[in-house]
Amino acid sequence: MTVQLQGCAAPAAQDGAAPVVRHERGQHEVFCGLTGIVWLHRKIQDAFFLVVGSRTCAHLIQSAAGVMIFAEPRFGTAIMEEKDLAGLTDANDELDRIVAQLIARRPDIKLLFLVGSCPSEVIKLDLSRAALRLSKRFMPQVRVLSYTGSGLETTFTQGEDACLASLVPELPASTSTETSLLVVGSLADVVEDQFIRIFDALGIKSVQFLPPRNSTSLPSVGPNTKFLLAQPFLADTARELENRGATRLAAPFPLGVEGTTAWLRAAADAFGVDAALFDKVTQPARSRAERALENFRQDLAGRRIFFFPDSQLEIPLARFLSRELSMQLVEVGTPYLHREHLAEELKLLPAGVAITEGQDVDLQLDRCRAARPDLAVCGLGLANPLEAEGMTTKWAIELVFTPIQGYDQASDLAELFARPLVRRAKLVA
Amino acid sequence: MQLTVWTYEGPPHVGAMRVATGMEGLHYVLHAPQGDTYADLLFTMIERRNQRPPVTYTTFAARDLGKDTAELFKTAARGAYERFKPQAMIVGASCTGTLIQDDPGGLAKALALPVPVVTVDLPAYQRKENWGAAETFYQLVRALAGPKAPPPGSQRPARPAGQRPTCNLLGPTALGFRHRDDVREITSLLNQLGIDVSVTAPMGATPADLARLGDADFNVVMYPEIASQAASWLQRMFHQPFTKVVPIGVSATREFIKEVAALAGVDPEPVLKNSSSRLTWYSHSVDSTYLTNKRVFIFGDATHVVAAARIASQEIGFKVVGLGTYSREFGREIREAAKLYDVEPLITDDYLEVEAKVAELHPELVLGTQMERHIAKRLGVPCAVISAPVHVQDFPARYAPQMGFEGANVIFDTWVHPLMMGLEEHLLQMFRDDFEFKDGAAPSHLGHAPVAEVAAPAMAADVAIAEVTTTTVTTETTTTTVVWAADAEKELRKIPFFVRGKARRNTERYASEIGVATITVETLYDAKAHFSR
Repeated sequence: MTVQLQGCAAPAAQDGAAPVVRHERGQHEVFCGLTGIVWLHRKIQDAFFLVVGSRTCAHLIQSAAGVMIFAEPRFGTAIMEEKDLAGLTDANDELDRIVAQLIARRPDIKLLFLVGSCPSEVIKLDLSRAALRLSKRFMPQVRVLSYTGSGLETTFTQGEDACLASLVPELPASTSTETSLLVVGSLADVVEDQFIRIFDALGIKSVQFLPPRNSTSLPSVGPNTKFLLAQPFLADTARELENRGATRLAAPFPLGVEGTTAWLRAAADAFGVDAALFDKVTQPARSRAERALENFRQDLAGRRIFFFPDSQLEIPLARFLSRELSMQLVEVGTPYLHREHLAEELKLLPAGVAITEGQDVDLQLDRCRAARPDLAVCGLGLANPLEAEGMTTKWAIELVFTPIQGYDQASDLAELFARPLVRRAKLVA
Repeated sequence: MQLTVWTYEGPPHVGAMRVATGMEGLHYVLHAPQGDTYADLLFTMIERRNQRPPVTYTTFAARDLGKDTAELFKTAARGAYERFKPQAMIVGASCTGTLIQDDPGGLAKALALPVPVVTVDLPAYQRKENWGAAETFYQLVRALAGPKAPPPGSQRPARPAGQRPTCNLLGPTALGFRHRDDVREITSLLNQLGIDVSVTAPMGATPADLARLGDADFNVVMYPEIASQAASWLQRMFHQPFTKVVPIGVSATREFIKEVAALAGVDPEPVLKNSSSRLTWYSHSVDSTYLTNKRVFIFGDATHVVAAARIASQEIGFKVVGLGTYSREFGREIREAAKLYDVEPLITDDYLEVEAKVAELHPELVLGTQMERHIAKRLGVPCAVISAPVHVQDFPARYAPQMGFEGANVIFDTWVHPLMMGLEEHLLQMFRDDFEFKDGAAPSHLGHAPVAEVAAPAMAADVAIAEVTTTTVTTETTTTTVVWAADAEKELRKIPFFVRGKARRNTERYASEIGVATITVETLYDAKAHFSR
């Protein structure tokens, strides 16, 4: 078989230098930002997400959610029809009608997001104006905001970024003169609770989270706010917070023992926590997590892993797997690389690592087949076809839907990568 | 605009994908933004396909809109041809792709690719998945078989003596509800009759196979939703008759055998005499007595609903209390079927409306899609799946057709399994205070947890159900204010939970009809006598 591999020359290893990033354009096999609704609507428990889009949008969220499990989920789609495309006045009237219908139906909703889609963007339906208009009409019962989850603008997790960025201008101004900490990015409730306990033990008392679990408990923000990104895909949200005077604390992301420690340390340093106290508070959790990780080192050490771009979590994950579990990075694909937010991560990656930003899925599949990694991390559309070719895969989406941050989840995270390998080894038929 | 929570059908280009993915040697180039690639996972995850669907998406982004999306399309189409070397291609646009008006058909033509390129224009803001599949299949058949059509007015040549009759099987696609197994069942049935299958399409067919569709003596339309349009065209152009009976259920299978035998000029009697389904004997066996007049609600695509209603009513002895479909294109068929069972047809693609209907009718069994399975689960009603939309469970590892005699066996098992068995139902009624065998117990052969009382709000947030309950209350208060005496309320609790809602409503209706303000134990039994069937 002769396979012509394009763009596979690995960037030259340069010790200490920033990794060379290859850019790729072509077919992107990734979700659009609407997908974020699947977890955001569970996170913010009194919010409703109304996609203004097409039947495709409705079908996408339904299919990405994978199952139809919720009694009546707090998301829906205003499906545009032929007549909505004819005139924007009509489309706005129609939208108002749908929103009124929805609010009448769901009196429990306090926050409504109008979520833009590819078709609403292309016909230039201005949802920010619609949100203003509707907010005026339904306040104080319901606050109406808008953001875009369109595939033209956002890739998968960028939908969360757009959503949170739309929330920032709504946050109350902080009146306290005391410095407070804001943790930004959706985390599982259990992870938030663990971090709260650690921050508390460190003596950092004022800790808030964005998104909040409830729209009535929006965190306050101001010049005394220092924020830590819990997720690597929050470029716009960070910019909006900086516009409100808040300061970002540069840190790696809280994946694995090392990442979690560095992430907590960034906060500890900013809040003047004594180094001895920091060690005293974190050491038991670190040791426990390291012991737990040991269980997976045998399964993972030396194994070669290939990341298809998906959630922007790829670089922190690759750092964790290479440094804490000694995996070898064949290629680390990411849909988008935010150099500033990922700076602390990039420093920790092994020299010469092949990072690809963007995607041409056919070329990438060629490279993956040629490299025959031990484990390919990819989306749901690619996983079974690659398995059928004899490759072992890990569904990337599970990394977004599972609590993986913090000390006590470090081994769960390792297990997610070990499981497919263990499974393949078990199956003999 | 239409407010939608869950959708029964995807957009029409997903229908086109079902055709393309079912076929071999065909490639689909779709002008679509990033994100529309989600559709791949329907095939690789739900159907567990071991290959990516043969689809190249242009995945244009905002930055491309200001530049040249048409060029992007041409690059993608050329690249797809060179990489996959298909025998033929289809080109089109998804909902967003159509808005940017790049004319994929014209652009592809300009590329002058050395294979047939078929344009499928699918109105994404009017039509849905099944329509898209039907239209795509029709356009493919037209384009690929069309050049071989005989001149107008010519007669179909007689089949040479001694040659077995042949037919095509039309309609099965990727992601179809049991299409894989139906094809095998029907192929084997036709072979028993001495009829050969020439081409099965779209599933498994290549573009070259479509080009020889006209060779067969007649067509079997397995799934009218997908194949009707193509079959009508083939009849017009090639004088190929096509079948009208969909062989789901014992009676329908026997009719189908007679129909194809007549079309093929063979004798159906040996096959009719020698084949049978266990469904027939199992339904007659005395243990099935408890199935008599069990109230069923049926919802799905029209073909499966019409067939299911007939089986339910005539072959298992249930009572059809409601039926409907999400495919408006087949509303006529459903309205005709509804007349047979004296029920109101429900033609809607609004999931919440279906849910309200199920809650209102209190059926003892729901035959529906994966959506109705969730409705039924929430309402505590047993359910069996009879139609798309599908879920991974609808691709069983075993052979499980819906069509033919084996299909009837599968249907009997699938529908009866979720029900409480006859004697168990009686015991539950007799000894309702038994501590193990208590109210709300699930059928003992099913391991799941006890279900919630019918029409009780399952979750605080579940407004759909809450609304239904409120409506009932409002109706009551507007007619007469009826209250339940404590002992009557207690007696009502002794009625099995799965019919309790019905008993409550009937008693209240009876009480308000005869002007009784307080329902006593006597009123309860008066009402029972009044409504006894």
